[in-house]
Amino acid sequence: MVATNSMLPRSRMTRRELLAMIGTAAGSSVMYQAATSLGYAAESEFKGPPNLSGAPKGTSVLILGAGWAGLVAAYELGKAGYKVQVLEYREKAGGRAWTLRGGDTYTELGGFTQKVGFDKGNYLNPGPWRVPYHHRGVMHYYHELGVKLEPFFQINYNAYVHSRDAFGGKPQRYRHVLADFNGHVAELLAKLGHKGGLDGHVTKEDQERLLEAMQDWGALDQNYAYKANATTSNRRGFEKDPGGGLSGEPVFSKPIEFSQLLKSGLWRAIGTGSGYEFQTALFQPEGGMDAGPLALAEKVKDKITFNAKVTEIQQDTGGVTVTYIDAKAGGAAKTAKADWCLCTIPASILSQIKKNVSSDMDAAINALPYEAAFKVGLQFKRRFWEQDDEIYGGITYTDLPISLIAYPNTHYGSRGKGVLLGAYPWGPFAYEFASMAPEERVKKCVEFGAQIHPQYLKEFDTGVAVAWHRVPWTLGCFGSWTEEKRAAHYKNLCQIDGRILLAGEHVSYLPAWQEGAVQSSLDAITRLHQRVTS
Amino acid sequence: MRSLILVAGLSLMALALPASAQRTDAQSSDFADARRFPYQNGEQLYHAICQGCHMPDGKGATGAGTYPALATNPNLEAGTYPIHMVVNGQKAMPSFNYLSDEQVAAIVNYVRTHFGNGYKDAVTPEDVKGMRQ
Repeated sequence: MVATNSMLPRSRMTRRELLAMIGTAAGSSVMYQAATSLGYAAESEFKGPPNLSGAPKGTSVLILGAGWAGLVAAYELGKAGYKVQVLEYREKAGGRAWTLRGGDTYTELGGFTQKVGFDKGNYLNPGPWRVPYHHRGVMHYYHELGVKLEPFFQINYNAYVHSRDAFGGKPQRYRHVLADFNGHVAELLAKLGHKGGLDGHVTKEDQERLLEAMQDWGALDQNYAYKANATTSNRRGFEKDPGGGLSGEPVFSKPIEFSQLLKSGLWRAIGTGSGYEFQTALFQPEGGMDAGPLALAEKVKDKITFNAKVTEIQQDTGGVTVTYIDAKAGGAAKTAKADWCLCTIPASILSQIKKNVSSDMDAAINALPYEAAFKVGLQFKRRFWEQDDEIYGGITYTDLPISLIAYPNTHYGSRGKGVLLGAYPWGPFAYEFASMAPEERVKKCVEFGAQIHPQYLKEFDTGVAVAWHRVPWTLGCFGSWTEEKRAAHYKNLCQIDGRILLAGEHVSYLPAWQEGAVQSSLDAITRLHQRVTS
Repeated sequence: MRSLILVAGLSLMALALPASAQRTDAQSSDFADARRFPYQNGEQLYHAICQGCHMPDGKGATGAGTYPALATNPNLEAGTYPIHMVVNGQKAMPSFNYLSDEQVAAIVNYVRTHFGNGYKDAVTPEDVKGMRQ
């Protein structure tokens, strides 16, 4: 991976061109547009691998990019009899499905280099890190290629929710916040019902049922009160857990007072697992998220050219010619030719590459800003979160700039060093982390995390920090769609443009998800095959 | 458009927070707010936002693609050009239209008078207002 700091020619713009551009550009966008676009995430429409039978002998497809999208295409088209070649900028396959391990060296833009000091078996997934069961395309390839999976815990009832402005900055257990919030809301609704406050909204019969439901859902007692007893302790946990013999008598725990809970804002975290994308079951590949694409790459390894930096894509009626240079060694430009080209290069990069595509596709490629996101992997001398805090996997949420701490969902109870995901903010905090030197990001994350786990300060060993705007091969985390942009450009991004078509998470309704890359690739090669065979 | 849309799973704990620690050196930031940049000073704003891509020395960087240099950049001669870039974004560069007119002017004036740029004609918040789409 190269990360030079050389100055390249800049596009010059006259005032007149500028004003013309301002006049035609789309309306203003919303800050967290990425968040809304993630909300699209519909159920993946996977109906099994595509049937590409009857491929004309010798038809060639040049694939740009060896991430999920490019590799799925290379694998399936290759199986179907197409002549396939893949060009990849990096020295290895996988794209953003990327894992950093001990011994790896990562140089980000600006030349900042980090050597990963993790122990064997420890890792950071700087990009995707969880796979919901209904991401059927990714799951299909995991199963087909024998990639071993582990459960990923989105919710851990014994992990923390934390705000520096609530409870004196003392983290609270998710279990307490969830049970108490539900319990108090149920009690309030029951009170309203008993006072006739629901009359006119629901029938008398339904009020009866609702009261019963509140009692059940909120763990209310026979008087519809939420208070310390066996029932509520069975939700929020005990002050002293039940045991055996003479010492086994449990002590019930006392709920957090409702007003204090409301004021704390910690209820913001209790919905985290209810989103469709975060509902059980979720998975992670054993050993790191790159396992999926690396298994695919193994199947097509003779077809991939690494360290190939694409500089130009030109098509004519006879085919597509792609010019590339060696990203490490430099030297003379080379060309690759094929009948068709499937380009999975992120729009952030592709928008800068000289190419002859239609003005509609060009406008679509140029319409996508790329989001900021930041992750840090922190190795500690021991797994204190398990040994001291009884947190086995899952996520702690906080309003600190780190946003969360995620615990490893693997190797529970091991005595050696362990690695946490020590931060995963978006938006302004992610920009601020990106603006720092890597070692300072790590230092800050240790300081912030110590407010939740004081053990950080004594146990910290080493860390690695990845800010996606500094990643040399993406210049950002993922393509940020808005409804307006989708309406104006999405179809033009997907169309077969002469002999070129695109795939990747940016060409999907599942932005930032691996499944988006897989689905867009399957959709693209299916349409390409139809075009070739029609 | 300054509205903020938060979706479960992304910004769950994005509370508005009071400014805390002071900036200690050119690289560090305040991390004062999860949803907007509170800084008003052009240098602070550059250090919190711009240098992530355009680099601390303003020289940009190149990998598979390029972040253009802001240092000694003749495109900055017309103050409207950097205003447009910050407010509306271009290609992969996101729009920072949620910054105030004053903040955008502060950033633009900082960049146009640093990194080898010597454009003395400061832009104003009114100039920024006129460039918003």
